[in-house]
Amino acid sequence: MISARLHWLIGIGIVIVAAVLPFVFSNFTTSQILTRALILGLAAASLIFLASLGGWVSLAQLGLYGVAGFTVGNLVQADGGAKVFAMDIWLASLLALVVTVLVGLLIGVIASRSEGIYFLMITLAFGVIIKLLFEKATDLSGFGGINQIIQPAVLGSAQLDPERIYWVCLAICVLVYLGIRYFAHTPFGLAFQGIRDNTPRMRALGYNVTLIRTVAFGIAAFIAGLAGVLNVWWNTQISPGTIDIGPVIFLLMIAIIGGLYRIEGAWVGALIYVILDNRLRSVDLVGERVATALGIVFLLIVLLSPGGVMGIYKSLASRWRRSRSESGAARDGDGTAAPTVAGD
Amino acid sequence: MASGSGLTAEVASALGPRARLSGGTLFLLIILLLAIVGIGIQAAADATLFAQITLNGLSLAGLYFIVASGFTLIFGLMRVVNMAHGSFYMLGGIIAYLVQERMLNPDPTSFDLPQATLTSFLIPLIVSMFSIALLGVLIQQVFLRWNQGQELRQALITIALSIIIADQAVARFGGIAKEISVPVRKSIQLPIVGMYGTTRLVLLLVAIVVGVALVLIISRTRFGMIVRAGVDDRQMVTALGVNIQKVFVGAFFLGALLAGLAGVLGGAVNSVNKSDDGKFLLISLVIVIVGGMGSLTGAAVGAVLLGLIDSYSDVYLPDAITNYGVLLTFFLLVFVLAVRPYGLFGRPG
Repeated sequence: MISARLHWLIGIGIVIVAAVLPFVFSNFTTSQILTRALILGLAAASLIFLASLGGWVSLAQLGLYGVAGFTVGNLVQADGGAKVFAMDIWLASLLALVVTVLVGLLIGVIASRSEGIYFLMITLAFGVIIKLLFEKATDLSGFGGINQIIQPAVLGSAQLDPERIYWVCLAICVLVYLGIRYFAHTPFGLAFQGIRDNTPRMRALGYNVTLIRTVAFGIAAFIAGLAGVLNVWWNTQISPGTIDIGPVIFLLMIAIIGGLYRIEGAWVGALIYVILDNRLRSVDLVGERVATALGIVFLLIVLLSPGGVMGIYKSLASRWRRSRSESGAARDGDGTAAPTVAGD
Repeated sequence: MASGSGLTAEVASALGPRARLSGGTLFLLIILLLAIVGIGIQAAADATLFAQITLNGLSLAGLYFIVASGFTLIFGLMRVVNMAHGSFYMLGGIIAYLVQERMLNPDPTSFDLPQATLTSFLIPLIVSMFSIALLGVLIQQVFLRWNQGQELRQALITIALSIIIADQAVARFGGIAKEISVPVRKSIQLPIVGMYGTTRLVLLLVAIVVGVALVLIISRTRFGMIVRAGVDDRQMVTALGVNIQKVFVGAFFLGALLAGLAGVLGGAVNSVNKSDDGKFLLISLVIVIVGGMGSLTGAAVGAVLLGLIDSYSDVYLPDAITNYGVLLTFFLLVFVLAVRPYGLFGRPG
């Protein structure tokens, strides 16, 4: 077993290496690969948070990400959208998070009464409805999206200083990661996991199952909202296509590549996805049909390894130390029963 | 909105003394009442318009029902959430269009196909329906059969397939919406309604025929008997010596066939469109969630609710908020799930 202290050291090492990457890579790579992976990873983390601790696969997370992005776009000065406010970007971002969490709580209170595959279907329906709303309501989304959304001044220019937004994203991702790890060990987090493992027993013990689940969904909405806000800071534009059913599925793909049960897998999956997406576009044979190629990759992962890349890592690791422990770290299976605590 | 309140009241009374008339429910009933009064006033003001919109809503409901019944059939029996169901719908339209294009040899300068004869409509329809049905069986046999019981994994597999299908469809078919040509006159005279689109009436008729046929198949045939038994207790059915794998193939065949049929009809009434897969997946999901998973009655009721809401909200909502009509679908989902977590006709399974 790797000791907890070593885990910490490795973690700190990874963050330090990540922080100096902009000095190594070009501006393009920093922005289009690294920053994009961090933001998508953060969105995927909100999905994995619910999957690993709650045993839920939610397809509404990208919709919530879009709610945050569109709220920012409508509240500040931008091309398209409501155009009636010209709020300070920080205030707008804060309000966007509040709105996202409120929408998340509303969806959560309804969805938290369902389980497994029903939850997946209900959240997908909500996600698509959010997208349709922004697509139809052009007073909120402009024609062809909201463009030229102002950024916080401290981030400088997107072209010249891509490392600033990268560092901001990195810092927030680290904080969210630590926050989720911490949350998993709080009484509330333990109760949430208890509900995943045995709902009737938790109810019998007097826990308010619906309340706990709803609040947890609100937390996940907050994380998705953070990713949505960072996305418009980085990208300065958002359109209904950002949260279309295709991207929803690709976000799920990121979470699956990373393995649905490890929070850090979110960023591993996002990095792999972003690199694949970028590289495949320049391959002659694939070219325009990059979605087909990604779909095939996704299909292969689902068919071959339900645990994703982190699952492969875990099963290798557990094979290596099988003699020492029978805790069955590499339980795969259909994923409806999430096996391990994220912070194990 | 109109038929919603009757149902909710019915549901509330069916729940009996256990059902508390909470503030939320009361609020919901008041809103529904207001909606009915609003629509009633509009109906009194212009009966022809009202009749037309209602008929529009019902024919839309017919299309929705054909799609959703296939979805709910597959889910009810096999617990497979077929995320590629919308793709089946879209492919159904595309295949029929491509076959018809071959048959009709359209003028390359014209955007629309020339009017079809009965043959040049039915052959594309049948080719498309059975291609989709076979595709469904193929997917079930190759990808889903060995994952039985792993609901999430099966859903993910069909999601991955739907991405591939959607992307390939765009590549082959292009992004422009196209109409399938029909062999009938464009519109006919009806009492009260006035001139009305023939294709929509045919669609409504087909939906009713499909509904009756499904009810008969489920209630009268041996296949239907096994399906009903399988929905209740799959293991027991297997233990009794029924080859449930054959029934699964049959269910997937029928479910995909219905999606293909709906795709062709939708392409004839509206158009064949590359974004139809997501749209009709959502419609299937909402109808089945509202109506209750695996329930045919639920699919019919859900389809009528959704069709009428779509159609009334398009016309009767004030201009300022007509773009937000999709929120009504959202609230339909929220309210039904708040009162009945398993849908109107669903059971915990």
